[in-house]
Amino acid sequence: MNKLNTYRGGPDEHGHFGIFGGRYVAETLMPLILDVERAYDEMKDDPEFREEFRSYLKHYVGRPTALFYAERLTKSLAGAKIYFKREDLNHTGAHKVNNCMGQILLAKRMGKNRIIAETGAGMHGVATATVCALFDLPCTVYMGAKDIERQAPNVARMKLLGAEIVPVTSGSSSLKDAMNDALRDWVANVGDTYYLIGTVAGPHPYPTMVRDFQSVIGEETRTQMLEMEGRLPDSLLACIGGGSNAMGTFHPFLDDEGVRIIAVEASGKGISTGHHAASLSAGRPGVLHGNRTYLLQDGDGQIKEAHSVSAGLDYPGIGPEHAWLHDTGRAEYVSITDSEAVEAFQLTTRLEGIIPALEPAHAVAHAMKIAGALPADHLMVINMSGRGDKDMGSVAKYLEEQK
Amino acid sequence: MSRLPERFAELAGEERPGLVTFVTAGDPDMEHSKAILRLLPEAGADIIELGMPFSDPMADGPAIQAASQRALMNGMTLTKTLQMISDFRQEDTETPVVLMGYYNPIYIYGLEKFIADAAAAGVDGLIVVDLPVEETELRDALMGSDIDFVYLTAPTTGDDRLPRLAERASGFIYHVSVTGITGTKSAEIQDVAAAIERLRRFTDLPIAVGFGIKTPEQAAVIGQHADAAVVGSALVTQVAENLDSEGQGTDKCVTAVLDLVRELASGVRSVSKVVGNRAPE
Repeated sequence: MNKLNTYRGGPDEHGHFGIFGGRYVAETLMPLILDVERAYDEMKDDPEFREEFRSYLKHYVGRPTALFYAERLTKSLAGAKIYFKREDLNHTGAHKVNNCMGQILLAKRMGKNRIIAETGAGMHGVATATVCALFDLPCTVYMGAKDIERQAPNVARMKLLGAEIVPVTSGSSSLKDAMNDALRDWVANVGDTYYLIGTVAGPHPYPTMVRDFQSVIGEETRTQMLEMEGRLPDSLLACIGGGSNAMGTFHPFLDDEGVRIIAVEASGKGISTGHHAASLSAGRPGVLHGNRTYLLQDGDGQIKEAHSVSAGLDYPGIGPEHAWLHDTGRAEYVSITDSEAVEAFQLTTRLEGIIPALEPAHAVAHAMKIAGALPADHLMVINMSGRGDKDMGSVAKYLEEQK
Repeated sequence: MSRLPERFAELAGEERPGLVTFVTAGDPDMEHSKAILRLLPEAGADIIELGMPFSDPMADGPAIQAASQRALMNGMTLTKTLQMISDFRQEDTETPVVLMGYYNPIYIYGLEKFIADAAAAGVDGLIVVDLPVEETELRDALMGSDIDFVYLTAPTTGDDRLPRLAERASGFIYHVSVTGITGTKSAEIQDVAAAIERLRRFTDLPIAVGFGIKTPEQAAVIGQHADAAVVGSALVTQVAENLDSEGQGTDKCVTAVLDLVRELASGVRSVSKVVGNRAPE
């Protein structure tokens, strides 16, 4: 494929990244989606909003987050020099809150007085419930019944923050079904409700808007790397479910040719088993949740259930901009199994005293595969998208099952 | 041309509104679903809307979600849905059949192939819930075919959207009378009347109204204003309520659906529409 002048120009006015993206929603929602787009377009360049957003990120979220040289991991892998972008240090423990802060300011501007969200691992639900508490807005979170079971600590946090949790039992009772039910709620309550989507998916403008709010990750990384090393990193690694932490990390670097960009999907029990969440490695383009993108589906176009030990990666699709970056070849998309991720989870904890969430443990696991073959002056940044407290139960259970 | 214009002309001739019945293809299983489809016209369905099952029906309420699940569990596919219509057409060449569903199964089937196979099977129209007027690819591909593309309008659809929507629509306009998913809320009749009046300013196409219509009385009231009333969730609920203890289909599923269709048909037939209520074509 021919190289483009820029990889940062998308989407077009209809929200398309190449053939991906778009606005595949019911007519009832369409006028509202257009309202969100208009309101976001007005807000994003407004200095007042930019200052408000920056100020909350600094004083409430705790940004900028550190860029940490993971020295013991680097030595143990004996290759590339590895840095962690510490999104796990954000208030609420993950990158999700960056986006929630941006969208809640938009919801307020639009005069919406009720917030709904979907959540998988519960991190987006917690971040949404948090900003709703801060701004005194009622919050309803849709969560798959299966995920409620395996992410109990986050459920307790959301309830404490005042959110109403609606268990979703339709379909496969996981993240995609939670998104279906959130969309159903939105269709029924278009007048007063704002749907705070947690990843770079959904109808335009969500993939773009969420990317923009998360780009603070990559922008800070860029500045910090220039300060610490005097040059840009050689590679960036991030995990992807829907792909918001990866998109935020990558986007500011897309036009820096020398920066290798690697996104890590969850291949669960292995792609050949069919129990995985690797939409790009094993899916094909289709239309779901408002956008065209790579999806796990059968030959009849029915969406398949995803599997990953990490609830946050357990989604059968991926953001449309990732689908496009994949097809243009600008970013590499690889996958990591449950067992590799759990091994990386343990290694990171022991070597660096950082308990990573299972999601970024996938990115660390890929670094473990490739870092050793890279020279010592290769600068690698892994986005440590969240902390692992929520995963203690899942990891213990996983290790028990392997015995 | 599809069978839709002629059917609406006949209804205008009979001075009554039409009954559009929605059932999901393959619900609860192929055998019982085929029996329902075959018997719908004689029970009083004027237009048949057949749901294409999808794993993630985002705009549907619990009743139609469950119908989709039952059909998929029993192996329904889009290919089989088209085959069902083909079989139906062996006996009935007059009742319009409109497929309703979501875009992904059609996209995966392949647009050109789908249009060709649907036309050959005897499909008259398509309603694709997640294709608003902005996403044009299927609509464009249908140009020059005999299959109509029925657009949905909603209470949220502003006057700014209606000219383009009306221009691109064919067959009829399906007005979603409530902001919500299928089979839940019911609309206030004055709101429906006002909505239809607003739509008439933009289109001469027949207007069908659906969502939340469950009884013959509701169908009749809606039919005083609309050219047709659409009933769906109430019918698939009849299927759900007559499954056996293992959740499998029974002959009672078929008769219960048809009994309700007969009642609904008498509902719309109780309405006498004032001639000239609608502008002639």
